[in-house]
Parts: sequence; C-alpha cells; structure tokens
Amino acid sequence: MSALRSGRQLVAAVRALLVATVVLGLAYPLLMTGVAQLIAPARADGSLASVDGSVVGSSLIGQSFTDEDGDPLSEYFQSRPSALDYDGAASGGSNLGPNSDELVAAVGERRADVAAFNGVSESEVPADAVTASGSGLDPDISPEYAAIQVSRVAEARGVPVDDVQALVDEHTDGRDLGFIGAPHVRVLELNLALDQRLGASG
Amino acid sequence: MSATAAGWLQVALLVIALVAVHKPLGDWMARVFTTDATPPLGQKWPFLPQGSRHWRVERLVYRAVGVDADAEQRWPVYLRSVLAFSLVSVLFLYLLQRVQQWLPLENDMAAVEPGSAWNTAISFVTNTNWQGYSGESTMGHLVQMAGLAVQNFVSAAVGIAVAIALVRGFARSGTDRLGNFWVDVTRAITRVLLPLATVAAVVLVLGGVVQNLSSGTDATTLAGATQFLPGGPVASQEAIKELGTNGGGFYNANSAHPFEGPSAWISLFQVFLLLVIPFSLPRTFGRMVGDRKQGYAIVGVMAGLAAASLALTSWAQARAGGAALQLAGAATEGQEVRFGGPLSALFGTATTLTSTGAVNSMHDSYTPTGGLLVMANMMLGEVAPGGVGSGLYGMLVLAVVAVFVAGLMVGRTPEYLGKKLGRREMTLASLYVLVTPVLVLTGTAVAVATDSGLGSLLNSGSHGLSEVLYAFTSASNNNGSAFAGLSANTPFYNTALGLSMAFGRFLPIVLVVALAGRLAAQGRAPVTAGTLPTHQPLFVGLLGAVVLVVVGLTYFPALALGPLAEALA
Repeated sequence: MSALRSGRQLVAAVRALLVATVVLGLAYPLLMTGVAQLIAPARADGSLASVDGSVVGSSLIGQSFTDEDGDPLSEYFQSRPSALDYDGAASGGSNLGPNSDELVAAVGERRADVAAFNGVSESEVPADAVTASGSGLDPDISPEYAAIQVSRVAEARGVPVDDVQALVDEHTDGRDLGFIGAPHVRVLELNLALDQRLGASG
Repeated sequence: MSATAAGWLQVALLVIALVAVHKPLGDWMARVFTTDATPPLGQKWPFLPQGSRHWRVERLVYRAVGVDADAEQRWPVYLRSVLAFSLVSVLFLYLLQRVQQWLPLENDMAAVEPGSAWNTAISFVTNTNWQGYSGESTMGHLVQMAGLAVQNFVSAAVGIAVAIALVRGFARSGTDRLGNFWVDVTRAITRVLLPLATVAAVVLVLGGVVQNLSSGTDATTLAGATQFLPGGPVASQEAIKELGTNGGGFYNANSAHPFEGPSAWISLFQVFLLLVIPFSLPRTFGRMVGDRKQGYAIVGVMAGLAAASLALTSWAQARAGGAALQLAGAATEGQEVRFGGPLSALFGTATTLTSTGAVNSMHDSYTPTGGLLVMANMMLGEVAPGGVGSGLYGMLVLAVVAVFVAGLMVGRTPEYLGKKLGRREMTLASLYVLVTPVLVLTGTAVAVATDSGLGSLLNSGSHGLSEVLYAFTSASNNNGSAFAGLSANTPFYNTALGLSMAFGRFLPIVLVVALAGRLAAQGRAPVTAGTLPTHQPLFVGLLGAVVLVVVGLTYFPALALGPLAEALA
C-alpha cells in the first residue's frame, strides 16, 4: 500500500517537473528574452561598444590596455589588476586570503610598478590599483587611481593635462542616487573618448 | 558624503523597502496558503476580490500533474511528495547535464563530468547552489534555463511549502491533514515567485543585466587583443536566483560579474530581492496562526541578529585586516570598484544570513574578521532570516527549543501557540538542531584528515582550514557561497559536499514535516496565567540567545582553529 502511494507521488513528481520545465525553463526565459530585446535591446545584448561598426568591447566589462608583451600602454588609462587577465570567457577573483604571502608579494610589486609607471610616490597609489577585483572583469577604477594617471596619459599623447582631466571628469560617476555604491571611473569609455577626441594612439 | 554615511543610507533604504513590502507580501502569502475561501472572522484580505479557490491556469497544472487539488494530505504523504519531487528533480537535472551536447542551445559545451553533474544536481535541488563548476565554460544555455533556473523556482517553492506545512501544524488542531503539497508548490510559483521574478527580471534588464540567447561575441580591444564577451539569458535567471535565495551564478563570478551585477543600485536591488520573502514570511506565519504579534516576535529575532551581524561585518571590512590588505590600504581584493566596501559587506552579510550564497565580492579575500563573520552567519543555521521557507521553519523549530528551555526553568510543560511540547516533539526539534553541526564538523574533520581533502586548498595554515570549514558549513546549511580558493571540483569534494547538501536539506525537512503532523493532530491548550507569552521582548531575547548559544557555540572550537586564529594572529 505504501509502495503504491509512493509510486503515485513519483508519477505526479515526474509530471510536475515536466510542466515546470516547460513553463519555467522555456516559456519564462524565452518570454523575458523577447521583452528584454523589445524594451532595452542594447543593454540586453551586453552594452557593447563599437568603433566604426566593429565591436571593441562592452562598456560593462573591463579590458587590459597593454601591448603584446603585457606592458601597460602609457597613452591609455590602466585597469585594475585582474586574476584572469581580463579573459571574458572566464570570471573570478584571486581568492587569496588576507594574510596570503603570495598576495603580500603581489601587492608590493604592483605598488612599485604603478608608482614608477605613473611617476608618483608609492604612498599615492590607491588600494584598487594594487588589488584584483572579484569578477576579474572590473570595468572601473577609483577616481584616485585615475587621478595619478592623468599626467602620464597627457604626456604620452602630447595634449594638455586639463583636456585629459576634463574627459576623466566626464567619465566619472558618483554614487547611484548619491549614496549607493562607490564613485568610479569608466575606463573603456574614457579611453575611447581619448582616442576620439584627443587623437588616436600610436 | 563619507563612505560610511553612504553605506548606512543604503541600509536605511533597504530597511524602508522591506518594511513597506513585508505587510502586503506577507498577507498575500497567508491568503495564498490558507485553504479557507473566506478570511478569518474580523479580518480582511488585501488585494484581489474573493473568487474561486484555484486559478484557471492552476487547474490546468493539477490536471497535467494528475492530482486532486481539493484533497489534503496526511504528513507522511506530504513528506513523500516532497521527497519524490526532489528525487525526480535530481535525476532529471543530472541527466540534462550529461546529454546537453546533443540538445539545442548547447552553446558548444560538452557533457558535464559525472561527479560534477551529480554535485550540481543535488546543489540546485537542495536550494544550495554550491558551484563546483564555472558557469561560462561548463553549462550551455539550455541547462541554465531548463535545468538550473527551474530548480531555482521549485526548490524555493518546496522550502515555502514545508514552512507552510509547519505553520499549519501550529494553526490547526485535531486534524491529520497538513494541506496538499502539489497545491502549495504550484501556488508558491504561480502566485508568488513567478510574478515577482518577472517584474524583477525587467528591472534587472533595465539596469544592464544581459538577456539574450547569443553564444557570445568576440571584441577587438583598444589594445588590439581579442576579448570574448559571453551572452546568455541571465536576467531571467538572476531574478529567481535572488528571490528564491538560491544564489547560483550564471557566470563564475556570480553577482560580481558585470553582466550579473552591472551597477551598485542593481546590486542593492538584488540584496532586497534575496531578503524580501524570508522577511515577509513571519508576517504570513502570524496571520495564519491568528496572532500577528507572534510573527513580529519571530521577525524581531531575525532582524536583531541580522543587524548585529551587519554592523560587525561592516566594521571589520572597513578596516584593512590581514598583512596583504593592510599593505594594499583597504580590503579591496576580490571587490568591485562600483560597489565599494559598504555595499560589498552588506551583500556578503545578506547572502550568508539567507542561505542564498550569491556573492558580489569574494569572501575568501575578506579581512580575517569579516571572513569569520560571514561564516558564523551560516553557522547560526540560516534563520536570520534564512532561506525562502527554510528560514521560517528553522526559526520556528528553534522557538520550540526556546520554549522548552524556558519550561525547564520554571518546571512547567512547555507550550508554544497552545501546542504542548512533549517528548516526541522535543526529540524531533533536538534532532533538527543536531543535523547540521554533525554534517559540518564530521565533513571538515574527514577532509582535513585525508590527502584528497587537503589537496584542494589554495591557502595554507589557519586560512586553509577556514576554506574547508566554510565549504562544509555552506553545503550543509544549503548556502552555496564559498571561500572559492578551495578547488572543490574533485571526486572527494563533489561526493562529500553533495552528501552534506542532501542530508543538510532533507533530514531537517523530514523532521519538520513529522513535527508539523504531530502538532496539527493535537488539540489546543488554553492560555493560562502560567503560559509563557511568546510575543514579548522576554521571549525575543530568549530565542535570540538560544540561536547564539545552542547553535552558534557548537562551532566555537572549529572557529577558534580557523578564522579566529587568523584574526588574532
């Protein structure tokens, strides 16, 4: 009797899961995809950024502005360190603990590199410039990190510091609604604006 | 504005939103799960006019499933329905992952490895959403939509159903019927989860979360390199991932990934989504037992514990603890610039207090004290406010324990809501409390005693122990977040954590449904001068203390060797 009842529940379970799969697993996501493509197609497709019709990235996804050897390009604002080198096919942080020797070494090395590259003292290098993000794809840097890069970028491009500073200000967002999150500078959009308005690099 | 002030304003906005929503949502859920066609005497239902008991679409579902929606079940049958549904779900989800390469929308993914597929199937069915795999390189769009996201809905609905069954145990008397599982699950989806998820998904899309069926785009970066930009139906899954306190990210980096958490306000919205049902269910409970104050006593304990945890975690994360973070100057490792410190700490606290396990920053790189706190949040048993449904039934079991403790002090037979708590009831409640600590501590002990367990550690020393302890705590409490340095996609961890998740979910459910059955069968004892009032501050304090002492202290020795040792070092 008990086995029979269990059997009946199992049959109901199979049928319930099939209904759920069709409704929640196919109809719902496909319908939402349709709605999304209708109301906000650009955002639903990943906020892609294009130059002359070809996709150069997503304004939401960070990328590295380095040459083939991995050395930073001085005419671009540099992104934060990434645990996976801004590989968009992956995502994640370093997961190194707060006392990790490996992380201590990495932070020290990055601090020295960033200071030397931008010609500032090590004490001026902010925390986000020497630590990797959680996603490995952080599109932003702190306004402090942008500030120490302005002169170097201006010099590399041979343009006035004030012009670069104006673009940085334009691409700096405060907190959402004034109090949610943290101020940040959108690096890809800033670098695109540099290329378009202050002469292409190279 | 200082970061701290902005941080507390975020919390204030969140609290205001939760306070505003808990009442209509809690009342609505009480109505959804009350079989009576008319409201209790002297009360009015909000929203919709009185009508048929079943919606037309629900009748179609019941016909397809083949159940009599008007027949209620005794507790053993209710329980068998829960277990049968979950068993079938695990098998189906396993199968789907194993054959995804032959199905449409497979996104060029190969079949998922058997160990990983088994672990993931259990993980999503148990509402844990522990992820041993990396989403963007393992799961095709079809598995994400038709496998994982479906379980995001139904595992949350199962949690709600079990909680409602326990509430009915208190609310009813002299009956052997607890309700109909299939009706409860269906209504949880059609009347609560699906409408809310639809609205939430639209908001997420407007905020920049992606929603497409593309297999990805190759971009040529400004520096001339090629960068792959993934696609996917993310917003629809993200909505129910938070709302159902599931937490399994579409992408490996979860809500830290810019396509899942594109901006700070979206991240705060996600925190709201994952808290809103657990914080509304106590109101449902109060309504259904006919005394709203009882619900507020429960929510008071939940909110008190959550506030204390948030304050401590925010404080700890605002200070750069640990040699590496001190050298960096702030706890920004594993943190996104757009979210900043306070919102990351808020998300981390909410996700570990609710058994969600989504992350917008990487817990493994938190300061030693911050890491200790997010782990301790889970160790409280996921009751403040806990997962969807599971938080309420967990807290009600602890309330039973608290009443019992009070009864011992004054030498009276303990009663809760007019139900006598005798030997059988207390046996069930005690076993419930013991299940998770046994799973966590045994699992951790086995892992650190074996080479296959130790081989997966990224960090060494006490932080290494923390990684293992965190994994078993997260799995057994059905949270799913990780100190992700641990390489958990190994035969040992796939098996051990899979078992922890399964036992950590279903043993408590068996005990809760059995308890509900016993309570419903009882009559109701009259309130006398000697009855302990369970809606007053005294009881709120007592229950809070029981949570901290009975549950929390169980883990103290293990915490002392792991995160505590690291924080004090």
